[in-house]
Amino acid sequence: MKKLLVFLKDYKKESVLGPLFKLLEASFELIVPLVMAAIIDTGVASEDRPYIMRMCLALVLLAVIGLICSITAQYFAAKAAVGFATGLRHALFSHIGSLSFSEMDTVGTSTLITRMTSDVNQVQNGVNLVLRLFLRSPFIVFGAMIMAFTIDVKAALIFVVTIPLLSVVVFGIMFVSIPLYKKVQNALDTVLGITRENLTGSRVIRAFNKEEDEIRHFRESNELLTRVQLYVGKISALMNPLTYVIINGAIVALVWTGAVRVDNGLITQGEVVALVNYMSQILVELVKLANLIININKSIACGNRIERIFELEPSVREMDGRSPGGISGTETGTVSGSRETARPAAVEFSHVGLIYAGAGEESLTDIDFSAVCGETVGIIGGTGSGKSSVVNLIPRFYDVTSGSVKIDGRDVKEYSLKELRQKTGVVPQKAVLFKGTIRENMRWGNPDASDEEIWEALDTAQAREFVETKQGGLDYQVEQGGKNLSGGQRQRLTIARALVKKPRILILDDSASALDFATDAKLRTAIRAMAHPAGAEGRMAADGAGAGADAAGAQRMTVFIVSQRASSIQHADRIIVLDDGRIAGMGTHGELLESCEVYQEIYDSQFKKGEQ
Amino acid sequence: MKKIVSGQQKATLVKVLRYIRRYWLYLGISVFLAAVTVALTLYLPILTGRAVDLILGAGRVDFDGIFRILRDMSVIILFTAAAQWIMNACNNKITYNVIRDIRREAFEKIERLPLKYIDAHSYGEVVSRVIADVDQFADGLLMGFTQFFTGIVTIFGTLVFMLTISVRITVAVVVITPVSLFVAAFIARRTFDMFRLQSETRGEQTAFIEEMIGNQKVVQAFSHEKEAQEQFDEINGRLQKYSLRAIFFSSITNPATRFVNSLVYATVGVVGAFTAIAGGITVGQLSSLLSYANQYTKPFNEISGVITELQNALACAGRVLELIEEDAEVPDAPDAKVLGEADGKVELEHVFFSYTGEQKLIEDFNLSVRPGQRVAIVGPTGCGKTTLINLLMRFYDADRGIIRVSGIPMRDITRKSLRSNYGMVLQETWLRSGTIRDNITMGKPDATDEQVIAAAKASHAHSFIRRLPEGYDTVITEDGGSLSQGQKQLLCITRVMLCLPPMLILDEATSSIDTRTEIRIQKAFAKMMDGRTSFIVAHRLSTIREADIILVMKDGHIIEQGNHGELLAKGGFYAELYNSQFVQA
Repeated sequence: MKKLLVFLKDYKKESVLGPLFKLLEASFELIVPLVMAAIIDTGVASEDRPYIMRMCLALVLLAVIGLICSITAQYFAAKAAVGFATGLRHALFSHIGSLSFSEMDTVGTSTLITRMTSDVNQVQNGVNLVLRLFLRSPFIVFGAMIMAFTIDVKAALIFVVTIPLLSVVVFGIMFVSIPLYKKVQNALDTVLGITRENLTGSRVIRAFNKEEDEIRHFRESNELLTRVQLYVGKISALMNPLTYVIINGAIVALVWTGAVRVDNGLITQGEVVALVNYMSQILVELVKLANLIININKSIACGNRIERIFELEPSVREMDGRSPGGISGTETGTVSGSRETARPAAVEFSHVGLIYAGAGEESLTDIDFSAVCGETVGIIGGTGSGKSSVVNLIPRFYDVTSGSVKIDGRDVKEYSLKELRQKTGVVPQKAVLFKGTIRENMRWGNPDASDEEIWEALDTAQAREFVETKQGGLDYQVEQGGKNLSGGQRQRLTIARALVKKPRILILDDSASALDFATDAKLRTAIRAMAHPAGAEGRMAADGAGAGADAAGAQRMTVFIVSQRASSIQHADRIIVLDDGRIAGMGTHGELLESCEVYQEIYDSQFKKGEQ
Repeated sequence: MKKIVSGQQKATLVKVLRYIRRYWLYLGISVFLAAVTVALTLYLPILTGRAVDLILGAGRVDFDGIFRILRDMSVIILFTAAAQWIMNACNNKITYNVIRDIRREAFEKIERLPLKYIDAHSYGEVVSRVIADVDQFADGLLMGFTQFFTGIVTIFGTLVFMLTISVRITVAVVVITPVSLFVAAFIARRTFDMFRLQSETRGEQTAFIEEMIGNQKVVQAFSHEKEAQEQFDEINGRLQKYSLRAIFFSSITNPATRFVNSLVYATVGVVGAFTAIAGGITVGQLSSLLSYANQYTKPFNEISGVITELQNALACAGRVLELIEEDAEVPDAPDAKVLGEADGKVELEHVFFSYTGEQKLIEDFNLSVRPGQRVAIVGPTGCGKTTLINLLMRFYDADRGIIRVSGIPMRDITRKSLRSNYGMVLQETWLRSGTIRDNITMGKPDATDEQVIAAAKASHAHSFIRRLPEGYDTVITEDGGSLSQGQKQLLCITRVMLCLPPMLILDEATSSIDTRTEIRIQKAFAKMMDGRTSFIVAHRLSTIREADIILVMKDGHIIEQGNHGELLAKGGFYAELYNSQFVQA
């Protein structure tokens, strides 16, 4: 929780002024019994009506000042608390945004969302309460005691005894019952567990006819919970009666002592009334304080949970000391020049292994291949064979456990994440669109994209036709999650979104699954045409190596197509067949049909009927 | 109450009162003691006032009188404290017993709900109704008892006591008090819009957070973090503005009402002092009035908070009551037969079924399984293989058609006896928290240790159970804790092995099981299936080949039916599936 307090730093002034005005208000509140005592002693005793009127005006004045102070305090407290929460949310959002897939997988998005919303709100309330009340209550308690001293030292001694006694009772009961509340929580957790268990296992329970047993089981735990609750209830029910006895006992003692002191002529009747009033004020404040402490505890718990999110560090981090984009095209040229192929290797995997956080075994083992610029690479394999894992390594969504991934000859770890992801266009399996117009969604890849460029991308993605029929065309409002579009439409839009970016490397991660074969085929042809712009081949041949290759490379797009359909990848320049995280075969469709057993099986199963 | 409680809440309130009625005795005591406590609490300032009246000045103190009053006060204080304590205890008793009853009923309903309900609702939602909503309701109920009721009694009690002292001052107080309510209402009206703006913006922000954090992969893939942050900050900034307004203006209520209270206090002071001078009241009575002026306004300030809390509690109660009132499974027919040991014959005739009514799944499905036959259910993932299990176990009822077991229509058999004739091992292994033995003996609670061990040996689970820290008494948690997926599956098999019913429903695991365990599971399955009618959701080629009947499912429909040879010859979907999925395995 402590670390979160830095978010109050911009509100130092408010954090100080808030409680200060609150104390000011409390001070005026403490004067009220004295004024009333004056009314009784001076006004009533000497029948001085103008005096009474003056004193009453003084009371009203005190009330007005109190009101002003209090409103000022509330304003500062609210401003500081809200500012705190705003800063906290900003930092939290930005922190979560920096987390890599690995941490997101472990923590879970729903937890993160709760932290950002309800937990932050709880902390905001806590801060607000603390600023408003935390100083006030003790101040009034001790202030009342000091005021009592100014009236009469001996009578004030009763306060000296009462306040510690009250504190012992109030906080004693709290300290006894808070651990007991944990017991209640445990009993409640058991009840919750059984409820959950019976929902998740409803089939098994019914299959075994265990309903009655389960009900009995639940009753026992429920009964236990009730017993614990009643027990704790009994203890905390002591709070009110005990404090009542102490305060009123103190009042009895005050009246008696007061009587003795008045009899001796040391204090007046009105002052006895004032003493009694101070005593009543103390009770109210102590109860407030106890409630406050419970609320603060809750807020601290939430604060600690938030702090733990801040403690998560992104596992994928940019290298220190490397200026992003510091390496120019010439270097790329040299690296590629050293390779035997004339064209530079756009993507190069060398002996890559990957173990996901929390998993024991490698999900990818010894993946080793390279793809040259402009090449179309198909990746095929069964579910769980590691197809997505391979392509996720290219934009560095995860970091390799062993080996390395290079883009244009440089390790992906040497790029800044921004630069790296600028180069890669990813079309994820799950077609996600965001709330906003189609145009806004398309500009995710390139904020400056013109309508013309967007239409071009939509053309390639086979999406123009349906976008044109939508009301408003590019201005058509997409609902959250793209709910108002069909699965196939969403998929084509996500493809277009990646194309708008004009990436050097396009990754289609099983992203045509919702498309029919004909559309899928058209899409592939269009992407192929885009990857090999007319004339690029010729220009490259003319310019030769070095800068020329790089210029051509800028226009050429390397495409990765992940699919379970052999038809989607069979025309790729190179096909990688994955099996259980390993490369089972690599080559062109023709080569693989001859050499790779796994590929043959896949192909046969999907084509035997259709082509023979 | 009319304005505070809407029609729907009223209905809920009536139902809640029905639960409370069972504890009418406690309720009676509580109400009586509340009245007593309030009356005595209010009487105390009068006594204090009288004592003060006996302290007139130096040498003019009536110690005997004061002593008598203080003695009375002491007795009253102790008595009040005792009454308060008993009242609190009664309130606790009512509250906790009522929520216990509600939870119990809710749980019992869960056991009797049609699986359709359970499948259609997220577990979290149902759990939150039974746990969180009931808790919230308890808080509200307790608060209602302790604050709402006593608050109202206090207000009226104070008025009565004040009237006994001075009519004039009471009238003055009564005239000013509505100002406090008016001010509170005024501020509440003004802040309502700000709260609405705040919660709208908060909703917008939550939606945005869900969208961005939920799809962080896409955000990062497009390096959209900066834009997202900017957009977030824009919403965040608006939220800051609206929150500040909402919180600030609503927090004015408290100082404002306290200001009105101060005015009441000052009024009592001035009117009281004038009356005292005129001889209408004594100084002691004035001090009593002053303390009343403080007490009187307090419940007013609290009551608006209490009402919100109560409305919230009623809303929560409504949610859990909704669950309790949900329709239970159609009960067994009154003349339903108890199916003894089934012979293993299962027939489906013209069966139609769909989950939603719109999307038809199983249409005019016919199947006849002779005793001892093996039926393999095959299809790509997500094709609805569990639908058939749902129908066979009668987790769901077919829309049309007849399913016969041992020649008797399923609807004429009690669910209990039908289900006990099936042994079921699902791929999603479900173990309950408890010992290994508890889990194994689920279907046969009176099984002896020898029988348990024999079953475990038969299912090849004995060797790993023996190696667990406490053997058969090892306690496992809900999700099986440290057990591997394969071990969990072995336990589920042992569970069935122990009772060995005449018909089996098995779900082969697809993955995450090591080869050695896998072989054991295969062996255990084979042993169980021997001579029993079995339905197997099959992934393994060998299982499928050996099946007497193969049902091929796709998108929830049963599209082909026959044995391996027939289906391959047919060259349909099965042939395609067989070649694509199973040849590799």
